[in-house]
Amino acid sequence: MADEPLILGIETSCDETGVGIVRGHTLLADALASSVEEHARFGGVVPEVASRAHLEAIVPTMDRALREAGVTIADIDAIAVTSGPGLAGALLVGVAAAKGYAVAAEKPVYGVNHLAAHVAVDTLEHGPLPEPAIALLVSGGHSSLLRVDDLARDVVPLGATIDDAAGEAFDKVARLLGLPFPGGPYIDREARAGDPAAIAFPRGLTAAKDLVGHRFDFSFSGLKTAVARWVEARQRAGEPVPVADVAASFQEAVCDVLVGKAIDACRTSGIDTLVIGGGVAANSRLRAMAEQRAGKHGIRVRTPRPKLCTDNGAMVAALGSHLVAAGVAPSRLDLPADSAMPLTVVSV
Amino acid sequence: MLVLVVDSSTPAVTAALAEVSADGVAVRASRCTVDARAHGELLAPQVDAVLADVGARPADLTAIVAGLGPGPFTGLRVGLVTAATMGQVLGVPTYGVCSLDGLGHPAAAGEPVLAASDARRREIYWAVYDGAGQRLVGPEVAAPAVVAQRARDLAVSVAVGDGAHRYADVLGLPVRDEPRYPAPLALARLAAPRIRAGAPGETLTPLYLRRPDAVAATGHKPVLP
Ligand SMILES: [Zn+2]
Repeated sequence: MADEPLILGIETSCDETGVGIVRGHTLLADALASSVEEHARFGGVVPEVASRAHLEAIVPTMDRALREAGVTIADIDAIAVTSGPGLAGALLVGVAAAKGYAVAAEKPVYGVNHLAAHVAVDTLEHGPLPEPAIALLVSGGHSSLLRVDDLARDVVPLGATIDDAAGEAFDKVARLLGLPFPGGPYIDREARAGDPAAIAFPRGLTAAKDLVGHRFDFSFSGLKTAVARWVEARQRAGEPVPVADVAASFQEAVCDVLVGKAIDACRTSGIDTLVIGGGVAANSRLRAMAEQRAGKHGIRVRTPRPKLCTDNGAMVAALGSHLVAAGVAPSRLDLPADSAMPLTVVSV
Repeated sequence: MLVLVVDSSTPAVTAALAEVSADGVAVRASRCTVDARAHGELLAPQVDAVLADVGARPADLTAIVAGLGPGPFTGLRVGLVTAATMGQVLGVPTYGVCSLDGLGHPAAAGEPVLAASDARRREIYWAVYDGAGQRLVGPEVAAPAVVAQRARDLAVSVAVGDGAHRYADVLGLPVRDEPRYPAPLALARLAAPRIRAGAPGETLTPLYLRRPDAVAATGHKPVLP
């Protein structure tokens, strides 16, 4: 245990400044500072506001993580940092910070893929990941389905959203219903009192003709518009909007598509492990529906606890730990922040 | 005392090591690369390189000096986060200096000098220095034509810096070739009194001078005709 490498992870790809520390698969610290409240009045994350907040937060967040783990930076064996994908300016603060720590403490640095880190974080909760596995990653910034043959080296993208990310659809529908930003947790709460079958909202890219070219892709833009039309029609007719029913029916449509495609991916490739990560994976209906439907096909669902689903430093540390254990070489000190880092690149 | 100096407020990415003693300041190693799009890639290897140049290790540093800008935000933050994180690990103080001082102070020649760097969007970051190199006005951000008028009002006779080169026509001032970018020697000299006194370090807060571009969310746009 104590001889397993001690890994520090830094995450700044969006609006959360995260510093996590792990030893092997054991989580020692997960410090987080969020600028989410500064973005609320803009109805979405403002990149420059996020970047400024990262610069202010990084040093105190690092202090907290080290204190929480009871270690010093001299004890750390390697530093992992999200080098992409994400907001360019925000990523750059984390990457430059990781390099500053690496140079000053004379430690190796690993630039890692944010999406692979969302998969890796589950190892902190459920131990080593059976490979191959299918991963469904859904958040405000990404919606992807991938096959993980080797989490250290070989990740294959199967599909992704062709328009809005799933989390973005939650935010937009929440705004439409007068609920605060970010919308996910509020829709989830409202939906509990609603009827998921009350309104038949469309399921994007599930028609037979769409399955030909977009079998594992997602589209949430049409759903978002359908909800807006339905709500406006109600309002124009002078009738009250049944917020709980709209939230439940919308949420049901999103989860139905996500879970349906994820299970289809597992079955067509004969893979019996499904990992779900990203902020939307904290949604209670998604978790329940995935468990229930996957169970019927003998597929095991692995979903980390909600706090580890959203962006954090622990996930980056978890992937760093996996890379070190797999003998992957560290990155060069000139590693770039890459806002469009391809999914196939686990580390640079 | 060995001091690391970094500045990333302009297209020039600079890392230098300065020796600060009781009677002077000297640059022992310096790396400067002009590339407006690669601050994040360039700075850390340059810090590594200047340390190697003088055979020093990070733990040999006594203090870190960083140019606080003003400058284009994304690049500027690279220098500041590098300085702040290194200072945190090494337990040494970090001191900020206005990056324009790294242009205006060394250009002092007995008459008022305008120091300017490129602020993009057809504007410049600028400040005016007196004959002894003390900042009189600024730092501010404005269109070159506005700065030209202010410079005339302040009896400026010469300009310095990349921003002055770029808008020399509009500014209507002779432009000196050097320094074109914030000079590490000047930044170290300006922080030297604090370094020698062992003054407490400061949180490195960028001189942004502009608010983030963002518009508050308006009401929902109807989708029905
Ligand atoms: Zn994420």
